[in-house]
Amino acid sequence: MQAEKKKKVIKTIRIDVDKCNGCRACEVICSSFHASPKYSSNNPARSRIRVIRDPIADIYVPVYAGEYAVAECAGRDKYTIDGKEYDECAFCRASCPSRSEFKEPDSGLPLKCDMCSSDPTLEQPLCVQWCLADALIYEEREEEVSEETTVDELEMGLDALANKYGLNKLNELLAKMTASKKG
Amino acid sequence: MRYAETGFNLEIDLTRRNIERVATDPTDTALYMGGLGTNAKLIWDRVPPETDAFAPENLLIFGAGILCGTLAPGCNRTIVSTISPLTNLMAFSMMGGFWAPELKYAGYDKVVLRGKSSDLVYIWIHNDKVEIRDASHLKGKGAIETADILRKELDEPKAQVSAIGLAGENRVYYASIEQGRSSASRGGIGAVMGDKGVKAIVVRGTKDINVAQPAEYLKLCNEVLEFIKFREKNPIPGVIPILGVLGSPQEMAIHDEKWHTENFMWGNARTRRKDFWTDDVDKEWLKTMEVSRKRLISCYNCPLKCGATISIPGLPTYMMKCFSKLTYTMAAYSNLDFGLRIAQRATEYGVDGYSAPQVMAFALELLENGILTADDFPGMPEDSDGRFYWLLDRIVRREGIGDILANGTHWAANHIGKGAHEYAHNNIKKQEQLPLKLSMLNPIYFLMYATGEKISITQIEGQFPQGPFPELKDREEFCADWFQVPDEKFKQYFLDWEPRGEKSNPYYPTVEMCCDIVDWQERMHYIDDALGMCAGLSSFHMKAAYHIHNLPKFITYGAGIEMDEEAISFAAKRYRTLVRAINISRGMRRKDEKPPADHWKKRFPELEKELLDTYYKYKGWNNNGIPTEEFLREMGLDYVADDFLQWGIYDEVVEEVLDTETKSMEGANNAG
Repeated sequence: MQAEKKKKVIKTIRIDVDKCNGCRACEVICSSFHASPKYSSNNPARSRIRVIRDPIADIYVPVYAGEYAVAECAGRDKYTIDGKEYDECAFCRASCPSRSEFKEPDSGLPLKCDMCSSDPTLEQPLCVQWCLADALIYEEREEEVSEETTVDELEMGLDALANKYGLNKLNELLAKMTASKKG
Repeated sequence: MRYAETGFNLEIDLTRRNIERVATDPTDTALYMGGLGTNAKLIWDRVPPETDAFAPENLLIFGAGILCGTLAPGCNRTIVSTISPLTNLMAFSMMGGFWAPELKYAGYDKVVLRGKSSDLVYIWIHNDKVEIRDASHLKGKGAIETADILRKELDEPKAQVSAIGLAGENRVYYASIEQGRSSASRGGIGAVMGDKGVKAIVVRGTKDINVAQPAEYLKLCNEVLEFIKFREKNPIPGVIPILGVLGSPQEMAIHDEKWHTENFMWGNARTRRKDFWTDDVDKEWLKTMEVSRKRLISCYNCPLKCGATISIPGLPTYMMKCFSKLTYTMAAYSNLDFGLRIAQRATEYGVDGYSAPQVMAFALELLENGILTADDFPGMPEDSDGRFYWLLDRIVRREGIGDILANGTHWAANHIGKGAHEYAHNNIKKQEQLPLKLSMLNPIYFLMYATGEKISITQIEGQFPQGPFPELKDREEFCADWFQVPDEKFKQYFLDWEPRGEKSNPYYPTVEMCCDIVDWQERMHYIDDALGMCAGLSSFHMKAAYHIHNLPKFITYGAGIEMDEEAISFAAKRYRTLVRAINISRGMRRKDEKPPADHWKKRFPELEKELLDTYYKYKGWNNNGIPTEEFLREMGLDYVADDFLQWGIYDEVVEEVLDTETKSMEGANNAG
């Protein structure tokens, strides 16, 4: 099979924690954008970006809401960067049972950043537009994604299964599955 | 549905330990807006004139501005109002930071404290759950330290804390309420909090704040942000740098303090050091700033970076704002390193950075001049820095001489006698002022100093340039994009204003023009104080992001109360008058309305009399500074008029008002 290259736009927010002034404008505008109707209310507790902040320790880390995690991590490490101690969670995007971040305050449902998806598309996510400190910089870059990759993955997976269970067993199972689908 | 505001106040009776969530009347919002306006209404209604600061009946109100918690950039101020122990008048000190929006998200517009707790307590507000909790373990702790302990203890890293330090607990008359990077410092409101037995108010809120017309409101906010970006790239030419850009004076961003150190007074507001700023000083202060300053920081939802995290090796980290950077340094004739170090301790103790250094310099001047003696200062170090630490430690504990000094220069001088009043020379209405001593009377500033009821000049000035520009073409250029003026006539006032000659201070701007200018300046501050807007983006500045043309729209689209320029001005006039009415009911009169006698060397008693006479009329006040009955009724303040009539306030004989004291005090000018 011919490997086909496709172009894909990767959206990135470059976060410069040294430039963050801790004002939380990103949280304010995020919660406003996602209000219903749009911009009708404010509530940083609903925001999909959070500034993890500890002003006295000079810690300011804007973090975006990512995937929902069912369980919390088994261990939580600490990082020391430039003499400042950060909890691993300070960089984590997960909405998880170990913390209150990225959950709707009333329902507890997880929140996830959608890069301000809207129609028409915004030039930049609003948190970036409202960050005059330039701690949040929006970038788009194109990456070439090869379709072949998925084929390889399947092959690799099947190969691993064949090694483990034997090719015959795999063939039998495939035949059975084919038959049941037809039936 | 209420927009922008929550429609509820939290009423806490500390004596009875009773907590109530009280719905507020929307008509009061229309009449007095919010923040300062509705605070003043509560004080008028519920604090009788004979109540003193430390009476249980005194209220301590933490009012969030009406637009706090909405999208409006820089709108985050808490307006704290009470009766001041220092002035015995209404104090309405304010703080930025993060507390007011958090209170709104918890579902309240104000926290109203009354009564007194017999034990030290703190208040924990978490949405609908409100508790009065024991704070005995926090007794004597620093204000910043307290906030840290409480966040950990409650396991609420996002909670916002307003706390007092030792000074508030011991009712120092210039104790502040500290809130991380901000503080409400003037008027001794921290002493009232301490007197009520409240160490801290901790807030966490996760509810929505709604606005009336979302799309229109967002557009207004975006315009403000665009203007902020524009001004950052285009500072106003021809003015000192701190006035050319927005924000509180950008004291944390710069190390070059030539202007302040050579133009403001050192010591007890006495000595001008015209050649202070040398290359060596420049290098040393730059190094201090670089070593100590970790980051420039902001208040809630504001792109300006007016504060800084200060971390001096060996001392706990704290956050500083604005001019306290220099007040200790200059009062002690010391250097920036000392200023930043003692400010750390002063922040934990919770004292006003304007009054505290001046009180200490005053004490040392009394010692120098034999009015106090070495016996009053047992064990005090010899060096100036050491003396300031020693005095500060005693003041906040009310130990020995500290107990007298804890009441401020006015009351300390009363107590000490022996001519000590000559040294409490930099006060207005009993409160210490910025250490400025100038030559020629400035009629605009004369009126602001005399009649301002914030009793602090930086909270009154703004909008109009502080002085004339020498060249006409520069003035024309200044006027070209000056769209913030409420009326074109202000441009003409400025165009014609010359540094010298016929159209210069003190006779130009004319008395009538001065009335217009001061009224505009004051009005903008009062509007900000109802909205919770920071003066650093608004009333403190010439050509600000917020102005008389967009502010009414913010109310209309945000709070859903129809406002235009006329209506907002009328409302501001109403509660400004109410503040005056409160102070009049507490005995304030024309005789109290004067700048420090030595503020200017060249004084003009006849002109000053004319300025006050005319301005009082302009404001609707009689010749003794009392709002007239007709004016009160016109403002819809009939209840005030009725009380004034009943109390016989209009029957008083107006004293002869030509200020003879000005003349007799002229000798004091030479002291420095």
